[in-house]
Amino acid sequence: MAQVHLENVTVRFGSAKSNQITALQNLDLVIPEEQFAVIVGPSGCGKSSALDLVAGLNRATEGRVTLGSTVIEKPGSERGMVPQNYSLFPWLTVQKNVEYGLALKNVPNAERTERASHYVDAVGLTKFRKAYPSQLSGGMKQRVAIARALAVNPEVLLMDEPFGALDSQTRSVMQELLLKIWQQERKTVLFITHDIDEALYLGDVVYVMSARPGRIIDTVHVGIERPRDYSVTTSSEFVDLKKRIMSSLHAEVDKALAMT
Amino acid sequence: MATLSFMDRYLTPKLAIPKKVEMGAGIVVAGSILALWMLVSYTGYASKDFLPSPTDVWTSFNDKASDGSLRKHIGVSLTEIYLGFFLSSIIAVPIGIFMGGFKIVQSALEPLVNFMRYLPVTSMIPLLILWIGIGLEEKIAVIFLGTFFQQIVMVSDVARGVQADLFNVSYTLGATRGQIVTRVLVPATLSGVMDTLRVTMGWAWTFLVVAELVASNAGLGYMILQSMRGLDPAGIFVGIFVIGFLGLITDLAFKWVKRMILPWENVGK
Ligand SMILES: Nc1ncnc2c1ncn2[C@@H]1O[C@H](COP(=O)(O)OP(=O)(O)OP(=O)(O)O)[C@@H](O)[C@H]1O
Ligand SMILES: [Mg+2]
Repeated sequence: MAQVHLENVTVRFGSAKSNQITALQNLDLVIPEEQFAVIVGPSGCGKSSALDLVAGLNRATEGRVTLGSTVIEKPGSERGMVPQNYSLFPWLTVQKNVEYGLALKNVPNAERTERASHYVDAVGLTKFRKAYPSQLSGGMKQRVAIARALAVNPEVLLMDEPFGALDSQTRSVMQELLLKIWQQERKTVLFITHDIDEALYLGDVVYVMSARPGRIIDTVHVGIERPRDYSVTTSSEFVDLKKRIMSSLHAEVDKALAMT
Repeated sequence: MATLSFMDRYLTPKLAIPKKVEMGAGIVVAGSILALWMLVSYTGYASKDFLPSPTDVWTSFNDKASDGSLRKHIGVSLTEIYLGFFLSSIIAVPIGIFMGGFKIVQSALEPLVNFMRYLPVTSMIPLLILWIGIGLEEKIAVIFLGTFFQQIVMVSDVARGVQADLFNVSYTLGATRGQIVTRVLVPATLSGVMDTLRVTMGWAWTFLVVAELVASNAGLGYMILQSMRGLDPAGIFVGIFVIGFLGLITDLAFKWVKRMILPWENVGK
């Protein structure tokens, strides 16, 4: 029922003609319900702009974005977000951070505690329930951010390079954790990354974006069986898809670099 | 283990030092100043009319304490400063938060606030005396005018500095505009607000004493002025020490309150 559709959207920043930036140009993208969609693309190509559109944090200059039959005009809790830099509330404990969205909705205390605890446990932070964000490592903070987004039970989960700032070991642990959780509660996911391995390991479909202004230049269906574990990253199917994405990205990264 | 030289141990930026050394350093500096003072006063190197000895100051303190005058002056000054500071803070903090959080409030108030805050409040004292006399109201007005606009500017800077991501993530969790204010903007500025209050409280003391020196009939500034007129430097010293001591207590109180209401600031560091 609830697919995400970016309908031929164009996003421009800046009002004066002279310094206008076209971040997205006629981008059309359908993410079916319960699909794990990944966008890869060169730096500055408009990936975050696309994600923000779905989140409702900015508006399309042309075109529109829909979730099911409703047009997205502003943020809402049915579209949860996990930002790149954690963005935890430093004044709240892990537990309270995860309860935050439920508190906004005035969910009764007992239910709030129970739902939040479930997700705190799911991301493996049971022992850190009472800790403040400043006491956590980067990976742990990102777990809290994921739990916080899931606790309000969104239909769509938007993740903007959520593991970009983590070291590679922590990142692979987080990827497995995310897949495990996603396996249990299928959500529509839009996941942005720079990392092709991450894209192929996680996604059902990987969309490759062009340099700015961003368009989709390749749609790669990842047929690898689920549940996946890390051994798939060396399978021939994985490697072939990786080569394909790398070659389309390569030209775009060159273009992106030439632009700056 | 390699032995660290004195330089390595104590002159490396930000390197922690043993607790004992930490306390010792403060005591050594304060003690040296006291020793120097004792030396020049007790030996008669500095004349009594110029620099009283610690004993003179202590005697003067005891006199003022036993005849109740010190208590009265402290009471007057504290009333003036806390009323003025409280009035100013309770209005300036919300205005500052709204100014930092809402562009429209900023645009509306910024020109006025910036104009007002560059007017030295000391230059307004004569006018305030003409308007409202030299009593409590005038002192409150001086402290208020001296701190109010500074507090607005400092608090609004704090509020403006709140990460936009915190707002965005709250919106995606279903926050309404009002909840963004109460559950993000306000808690995120709390720490900076406490720092602002602590700093401006220090300034408030200065404004108060200046106001009392210019015209008053009670208060620590008045006590200092009277001691000057009576050629009693020991009395002046008592006034200065008492103000310093009250300032120190206020500062400690601020730190303590901050620790109480912002528990997350003291963990993990
Ligand atoms: N609020 C804004 N105002 C003006 N320009 C913007 C704004 N947001 C983004 N841009 C510009 O739009 C373009 C796309 O930005 P966006 O953040 O979507 O790229 P990205 O693909 O997410 O980049 P990165 O990989 O570095 O995160 C960039 O050139 C950026 O400078
Ligand atoms: Mg981005």
